[in-house]
Amino acid sequence: MNMNNFTHYETPFRDDKVFDGCGISAFINVDGKIENGSKIIDMVTCLQDRENGLGAGFAVYGCFPDRKDDYCFQIIAEDETTRDKVKEFLKARGTINFEEKIPVKSDMGLPRQPVLWRFFFKPQASVDKADYDDYIVKVHMALNDSFQRKAFVMSAGKNCMALKGNGWSHEIAEYYQLDKYKGNMWLGHSRFPTNTPGSWFGAHPFSLLSWNVIHNGEITSYGTNRRYLEMFGYKCLLGTDTEVIAYLFDQLVRRHRIPVPIAALAFNPPLYDLIDRMPREQMLTMKNIRMTYRSALLNGPFSIVVGSELGGKPAMIGLTDRKKLRPQLIAQSVDEKSYFISSEEASFERLKLAEGNDHVDIEKIWAPHAGTPFIARLGDGMVRTGTEKPFEGIQLAINEYPPELGI
Amino acid sequence: MSLIHKVFPKFKVNVDQEKCKKCTRCVNACSFGVLSFNGERIVADNEKCVDCQRCAVYCPAEAIMINDFPIVYSPHGTYTERIRKINWFQSGTGGVLLASTGTDLPYPVIFDDIVLDACQVTNPSIDPLREPVETKVFLGSKPAKLDFDIDPGNENNVTMRTRFPPNFEMSMPLMVGHMSLGSISFNACMSIYKAVSELGIVAGSGEGGLNEAFYPYKNHLITEIASGRFGVDLNYLQGVAGLEIKIGQGAKPGHGGHLPGEKVTSLISETRMIPKFSDALSPYPHHDIYSIEDLQQLISALKEATRYKIPIGVKIAAVHNVAPIASGIVRAGADFITIDGFRGGTGAAPRIIRDHVGIPIEVAIASVDERLRNEGIREKVTLIAGGSIRYSADLIKAIALGADICMVGMPVLLAMGCRFCQQCHTGNCSWGIATQRPDLVKRLDVDVSVQRIKNLFHAWNEELKEIMGAMGIDSVESLRSNRDRLRYLGPNPHIAEVLGIKHVGE
Amino acid sequence: MQKLVDNIEIDEENHAVTIDAAPKRVPLKYHVLNEEIHRVLDDGYKNITLVNVVGQRFIAAALAGDIQFKIHGTPGNDLGIFMDGPTIEVFGNCEDQCGNTMNGGKIIIHGAARDVAGLSARGGTIYARGDGGYRCGVHIKQYQNKRPVLVFGGRVRQFFGEYMAGGLLVALGLDIKEDGSFTKIDGYPIAGASLGTGIHGGKIILARACNEVPPEMLGTGAKVADLDDADRPELKPVLDDYCAIFKIDAEKIEQLPFCKVVPLSKRPFAHNYCSKML
Repeated sequence: MNMNNFTHYETPFRDDKVFDGCGISAFINVDGKIENGSKIIDMVTCLQDRENGLGAGFAVYGCFPDRKDDYCFQIIAEDETTRDKVKEFLKARGTINFEEKIPVKSDMGLPRQPVLWRFFFKPQASVDKADYDDYIVKVHMALNDSFQRKAFVMSAGKNCMALKGNGWSHEIAEYYQLDKYKGNMWLGHSRFPTNTPGSWFGAHPFSLLSWNVIHNGEITSYGTNRRYLEMFGYKCLLGTDTEVIAYLFDQLVRRHRIPVPIAALAFNPPLYDLIDRMPREQMLTMKNIRMTYRSALLNGPFSIVVGSELGGKPAMIGLTDRKKLRPQLIAQSVDEKSYFISSEEASFERLKLAEGNDHVDIEKIWAPHAGTPFIARLGDGMVRTGTEKPFEGIQLAINEYPPELGI
Repeated sequence: MSLIHKVFPKFKVNVDQEKCKKCTRCVNACSFGVLSFNGERIVADNEKCVDCQRCAVYCPAEAIMINDFPIVYSPHGTYTERIRKINWFQSGTGGVLLASTGTDLPYPVIFDDIVLDACQVTNPSIDPLREPVETKVFLGSKPAKLDFDIDPGNENNVTMRTRFPPNFEMSMPLMVGHMSLGSISFNACMSIYKAVSELGIVAGSGEGGLNEAFYPYKNHLITEIASGRFGVDLNYLQGVAGLEIKIGQGAKPGHGGHLPGEKVTSLISETRMIPKFSDALSPYPHHDIYSIEDLQQLISALKEATRYKIPIGVKIAAVHNVAPIASGIVRAGADFITIDGFRGGTGAAPRIIRDHVGIPIEVAIASVDERLRNEGIREKVTLIAGGSIRYSADLIKAIALGADICMVGMPVLLAMGCRFCQQCHTGNCSWGIATQRPDLVKRLDVDVSVQRIKNLFHAWNEELKEIMGAMGIDSVESLRSNRDRLRYLGPNPHIAEVLGIKHVGE
Repeated sequence: MQKLVDNIEIDEENHAVTIDAAPKRVPLKYHVLNEEIHRVLDDGYKNITLVNVVGQRFIAAALAGDIQFKIHGTPGNDLGIFMDGPTIEVFGNCEDQCGNTMNGGKIIIHGAARDVAGLSARGGTIYARGDGGYRCGVHIKQYQNKRPVLVFGGRVRQFFGEYMAGGLLVALGLDIKEDGSFTKIDGYPIAGASLGTGIHGGKIILARACNEVPPEMLGTGAKVADLDDADRPELKPVLDDYCAIFKIDAEKIEQLPFCKVVPLSKRPFAHNYCSKML
C-alpha cells in the first residue's frame, strides 16, 4: 500500500485528470440479506490483471442501520488539525450526532497513515427537511474546496459508505477490515491509473449522497461534462474523470427526477439513425433528451456500476458505453435473490469455486447490450435486464403544454 | 490631367505577344475595363487591374501573366507602401476609403496557435469512415430540464410533460453566413440556398430582403432583421428556419449595412424597396433599440409574430465587452446568439472600421461561453460563431472553445469561383458573385456552384469527423466547450489564460 | 518433470495431463498456470485438460503444433492469442479476444464467445455454440490457402466483420442447446448495426433471408446478396464440421435460408481523399 497522496499529490504531475484501466465488481442481495465484504473481495481481487496497485475501493449499503437517518461524512485528512477544522466546519452547519475514527487494521507496519474519521451529521434546523440532500451536496462541495486540499470527503451518504485508498485491492480490503461490516449491496473497484503515482483521493468509488460510482474506461467528454456541472454548483476537484458520472446521476436522476432507464438514454443516446426509425413518441422524446442533455452525454469507452438509493431502496445499476468498448457481465443466482456484475466472468467462476458463505450457485450469466442499463433493486429484484431496446417496457406518453410566454 | 499626384498601379498585365492569338476573349472576360484591342495587339490599362485572374484563366494560349507592378517603393518599416497609398488616395478624393472581405492586415490568427489532442493507449480513437461519428446539432433554445411524470402505481408508466422549444435540426454544425442579395448576385444566392437545402443546414439571408424566387428555400434560411428592416414582410417572417436581429457585424462593429449605389439595380430596388442606384445604407443602431430592454421588446414581438414556432436570435459583433452584452441578450429572450469576429467579411465597409475595430472571434467565443456558464445560462442558447472561419481546423477549434455552430462566408464564395481580389464593393466581380451587372451575373453557373458548395461542406464535415475520431469522441456534442482537448502553442501565454486552455506540455 | 505446484495429474496410459488451475480453490496467477502448461508440453505431453479455470489469461498463447486442450471453467482474455495449430475446447464461455491474431488451429466454445473474438485472424477456426459479442472478426484476412473461419451459433452484435479483408464469417442466429437441438432466435436481429463496415474482401454468411438484413444494419461499403453457386460448396463442409462437433443435425441447418454480406468494392473509400498540392 502506498502511504502518500492522501488528499493531494505531494509531488504533483501536472495532469488535469487521470486515466484508468480498471476492474469493477458489485453485487446486491435483493431480498435484503446482509453480509460482510468477503464476496466482493473475492470478485475484485480475482481481476488482479486489471489493477496495478495504485488504487482500490469499496462501497457498501445498509451498513449503519442504527443511524440510518444521519449523513455519514467520512473524511480523509492530512492531519488531526485539519480534521478538527472539518469538525468545526460541520458543526457550523448542523449537528454531529456521533463521530468516530474509521477503524483500520493496526498491525500492517505502515509508515504513516491518513487521518480517517467519520461524522454522523444532520443539517441545521434552518434547513427544510425536503432540502436536506441539496444542502448536503453544498456542504460536500464546500468541504472539498475549503481546506487547501488537506481534507476531502470520501463519502457522505445515509446508511452507506465508501472506503478507498492507494494500494492493491486486497490490501485496501484488509486495511479497512471489510469483513467487519455488513450490507446488502457491495461495490468494489481495482485501479490501473497510467500516469500518476496513484492517490487516495483519486481512487474509486466516487461518492455523492447515496451515489457510489465505480468506473472502467475514460470519459473523453470530461471537459464538456465538467463545464456543464459547474453551472449547478458541482465542483470537480478530485482529478479523475469518474467524478462527473456521480454528479451527472445526481443532477439528472435526483434533481431532475428522470427515471434511470431514461437518464441512461441521456448519458448514452442511441444514434440519430436509429432515433429516426423509432415510433413518434419515442423519437420526439429521444430528440428532446439529446437536445436538452447534450452536455451530459458520456463519450468514450466505459463500463460502470452505480450504487444508488432512491426512495429508500438500494439499487445496483450497471451501464456500458453505446459501443460497448469496455467489458461487463451480469450473473444471477439460482434462487434469484442475488445479482452480480463484473468486468470479467472470472469473478463469477471464483464465487462458484468458493466454499462456505462465499459460494454462489449461479443460474445465468449474460452480457448486457451496449448502452443499456441493468437495474436490480432491493425488494423488487431485477427491474431491467440490460438487454432491452430503448424505452422497452415503458409506457411513454407525451403531454405538450402550451409555450411559456416571455423569457 | 496633371501627373504630379500619379500613383502607380498595383498590378501589371503582361500579354505575351508571341503566344497571343488575338482572339480578344480576354477583353470580354475582364469586367474592370482593363483590356482592349487596338486593332493590332491587346492593350492593358494597368491602373484598373485588380488581379481577379479571369483574363489569365480564359486565355486559350495561356499568354497572360499578372505580376506586381514593377516599381519599387523605397522601403520603410513605418510608412509602408500601404500607408503612403492611404494618404495619397485620401488627399485625392477627400473620402472614406471603402473595402470589402475581411481585414487584410497581418494580425495574428489565434486559431493557428492552438493544437488539438488525440487519444492513445488509454482510450481508443474512432474510425469515422467505418464507425458512427455524429455531427448533428440543433439550432434553438433548449429547456433547462425535461419533466417526466411517473405514475405512482406503476413506475413504467411515464409521461414526458414539457414544452418543445422550436429547434432546427442541422446535419452538421455549419451554416453559411449572411450575405445579402445585393452584396452578392442572384445566382450566387440561389446557389447557396439550394446547396444548404440539400445539405440539411441553413444559410443567412443577409439584410437584402427575400426575393420571391427564393421562397421555396426559405425553410432553410435564417432571415435577418437589420436596422434598415429591408424586405421585412410576412413572407420574410413566416416559414423560415430562424429570425436574426442584426445588431452588428464583425467587419464593421457599430455600423449598419452598406450597399453602394452601383449595386442597387432594379432587382435590388424592388427587393429592398429603395430607389435605383441609391446607396442602401442601414442606420447604425436599430432606431427602436436604444437599450437592452428595447431588444427584449423586439425579440418578444418577433416571437409573438411567429407564434413561438421559430427560433429568434441576435447577431452582434465581437467587441471588448461582448461577454456581458451576450449575457444581456440571453436574458432578453434570444434563442440563439451569433457572434461575428473582427476578421469577418463584408461586401463593403469603410476600411478604417474593417481593419481596426473589434476583437478576434477566438477570444470572443471563449469569453462569452465562460460568462454564460458563470451565470448558469449557457445551455439555454445556441452560440453561433463566425468571422474568418477559414477551414475545418478553425471550425473544430471554435467548437472546442465553446461555439455550437460556425458560420462561414468567404469559403463559400471561394467555392463558387471567387479569386479573392477584394473588390466586391465595386460591383464589378468578373466571376458573377459580388455584382449585380446582368452580364456578369449570368457567368455564374448555379448547378455547378451548388455542387461545389456541397463538396466543400461535405469535406469539412468529414475532416471534423476525422479529428473527433482521433479524439475518441463520437458525437460533436461532446466536443463542444471541451477545452481540455486544446493546447496553446504560441508567443503569448496570456492568451491561453484568456481562452481558458492550457499551454502545451501541461 | 519438476512440479511448480502440486496440482498436476498425469494419465500415462493416454499420455494426457490434467492441471488444476485453482488448487485448494485458490486461483493460480495466469503466468504460473501458463508456465506449468509449457513445462508439461516440454515433457512431450500434447493432451492437456485444465480444470477450475477462473479467468486466467493468455492460455495457449503463441503455441504451435498439434496440441489438444480441454478447458473447464472460464478462460480469460486472449485465449489462444497468436496460436498456430492447437485445438482448444472450452466447456463454458470464454472471455474477450479469444483467437486474437491467430494463424492456425481450432477453438471450440460450448457457450458464448464475448467481444473482439478472432481479431485480425490469418487462419484457423473458431466455433462458438452461443452468441458472439461486439467487434467479432475484425480485420481478418486470407492469402491463398490460409483462411480463417469463424462460426457463431447464436447472434452477433455491432461491428461484425469490420474491416474484413478475407476469410469466412458465419452467424446462424440460433439458440442451440447442449443436445444439438435448436430454435431460431426471434425478437432480436441476427447482427447489430455496422455489419461488415469497411469490408473489402472475404464474406459474411448469415442464416437468414436477405430481407431480414435491412439496409440500416449494413455498414459502409457492404451489401447483402443471395448465395450463389460458388458459396454453397464452400459453406457445406464448414457447417458439417460445426454440426458434428455440437451434435446438430446438419441437414436441418442446411435447409435454413442463407444470405451473404460482401464488399461493394475493393476500395470503398477511394473517393474520400484529395491529393492536390497547395
